[in-house]
Amino acid sequence: MNAFVTPSVPALAMRLRRLDRPGSTFQRQPGLRNMSLVFTLAMRNLFQDRLRFIASLMGIVFSVVLVMVQMGLYFGFSGMITTVIDHTSTDLWIVSSGTKYFEDLSLLNTGMRDRLLKIEGVSTVVPGVAGFSAWRLPDGAMTSIFIIGTDLTHGGLAPWNVVEGTAQSLATPRTVVIDRSYYDRLGASGVGATAQIRGLPVTVGAVTDGIRSFTTTPYVFSDLRDAWAYTGLPASFTSHFLVRLKPEADIERTRQNIVSSISGIQALTPDQFREQSRSFWLFRTGAGAALVAGALLGVIVGTVIVAQTLYSSTKDHLYEFATLRAMGASNSYIYQVIICQALVNAIIGFAIAALIGSAVVHFTAKSALQVVITPNLIVELFVLTIVMCVVSAITAIYRVVRVDPAIVLTR
Amino acid sequence: MTEPVIEAANVSKSFGSGPAWVQALKDINLTLNGGELTVLMGPSGSGKTTLLSILGCMLAPTVGTVRVCGTTTSGARPEQLAKIRRQHIGFVFQSYHLFSTLTVAENVRLALDVRGERGLKAMAKTEEILASVGLTPKLASFPRQLSGGEQQRVAIARAIVAEPSAILADEPTAALDAANGQATMAILSAIAKERGRAVLVVTHDPRLFGFADRIVYIEDGALRREQSTDLSSTDAQQR
Repeated sequence: MNAFVTPSVPALAMRLRRLDRPGSTFQRQPGLRNMSLVFTLAMRNLFQDRLRFIASLMGIVFSVVLVMVQMGLYFGFSGMITTVIDHTSTDLWIVSSGTKYFEDLSLLNTGMRDRLLKIEGVSTVVPGVAGFSAWRLPDGAMTSIFIIGTDLTHGGLAPWNVVEGTAQSLATPRTVVIDRSYYDRLGASGVGATAQIRGLPVTVGAVTDGIRSFTTTPYVFSDLRDAWAYTGLPASFTSHFLVRLKPEADIERTRQNIVSSISGIQALTPDQFREQSRSFWLFRTGAGAALVAGALLGVIVGTVIVAQTLYSSTKDHLYEFATLRAMGASNSYIYQVIICQALVNAIIGFAIAALIGSAVVHFTAKSALQVVITPNLIVELFVLTIVMCVVSAITAIYRVVRVDPAIVLTR
Repeated sequence: MTEPVIEAANVSKSFGSGPAWVQALKDINLTLNGGELTVLMGPSGSGKTTLLSILGCMLAPTVGTVRVCGTTTSGARPEQLAKIRRQHIGFVFQSYHLFSTLTVAENVRLALDVRGERGLKAMAKTEEILASVGLTPKLASFPRQLSGGEQQRVAIARAIVAEPSAILADEPTAALDAANGQATMAILSAIAKERGRAVLVVTHDPRLFGFADRIVYIEDGALRREQSTDLSSTDAQQR
């Protein structure tokens, strides 16, 4: 331990100083030997006022966590909106012309199936029924549910992530598949549980994990024929058709043929349906705009806090910067000191924020609205943090470039 | 005859305009030569600091020219002036202006760092220069752990480590006791004599005249008198 080190000197400063000793790592490694004092000066300026440094870090952490959570909610929400579309294997969705998203009730005449099958390129057409209904718990209480009626024998959309029982159990009349995250809501505890839908007795035949609806109304999968009864729809109507094409068929041309042949419908590829659903919920309802606005607020708050901290640190060290200028340091040398401070802030702040973010992801994993943080989002947030901190350095740089080196002669 | 290190010709400097107009320097002609310690003397407000700022390329004259090692500073942009300072001038300040967060060795090495000199060579140079001012045991100390005299020696080491042609010292002994003041001047004198640098010392202290090769008196922004301390060729110039 260096005899001149006092307890007030930050540990990091001590380590950096030790690098200068003869025989130290600094002296042995050419890369470190050639390291500029820019980094040393920046680090020590930051660590000199630890309280201010902590305040700055808190600002960055708050900002990054806020952006992370808002964007994570955006992705989580976005994923939930299209979860059924994402897990359905089809070439085209046929829905009525006014339908904006999967849960948007749509009525199509069942007879349309034959007309669709006659269109060139169409291989199979599978009807599906979706709609709200009422689930009666064993204690007599009622809760609303969203029925997804599927024809598994002809390739209708099947429940996924089945963790108990099998999806094929839907072939048994009055059998349903529910998600285990809705056990409490539905008063069910697994395969074999019973309840009533619109007064009709049902038995849980299989259980899934993680199929949650963004509307918070539980999805309940059933056989197509039962779905008509559960939703109260006449059997002459269906909600959608899943159209699969022949291998040689051109999707876009077939889609155009369908739309021009049958009026009052939309023929959408999964990507188009996904985009339409997201666009409606995220932007036309304002939900997404609120999340993006929250994220933007986070960026602004973070930028202002870091800018304020760097500016005040620079002001405190103004005579040192003036001395540097008097010594003939170039503008770029001085910029490097300030930007280095900003980058250290960014890296440490982001690391702490990432830890908090991973905890948020963990705790919301089983919640109704997950915070989804993808590797891409992490990289983008890191870049955003760096940009935010470097932009924050502009005010400090602006102050320093105006400092007159001659002031060192007057004090 | 060797070229002057710094040469000020017909330099005037004014500040402000209208009723606030002040002429700080009037038609100054001064040369600083290598191997010579010049003392600039004058009462408060006489223009010493303004002249030092202009000779040190920190301030541009309103009228006249300044040449540093043959390079004229007229019309130079701030970055070009910084380059001239970096290459040719070392400063010693009354308040030392050491970096409180850097060690003694780092403070000195900083003068090399801003010139892009790094690595073992820079460290060896730093240790050598600190040894020459008797501060080897203080390499790892921070400025706050040093006495005023030691801090000023660090500042001198920082000013000379990059081997500039001129050292400009602004009241380097003002904050020191007599013994440390004498020691500081002895070092500055040695820098002029042994290293052949041009040294300009601004001071109020007549006790330091013994170290001077030349004493220049300034008053009301004008050089009033220039006196050589070489007794064999006393040359007093009365203006």
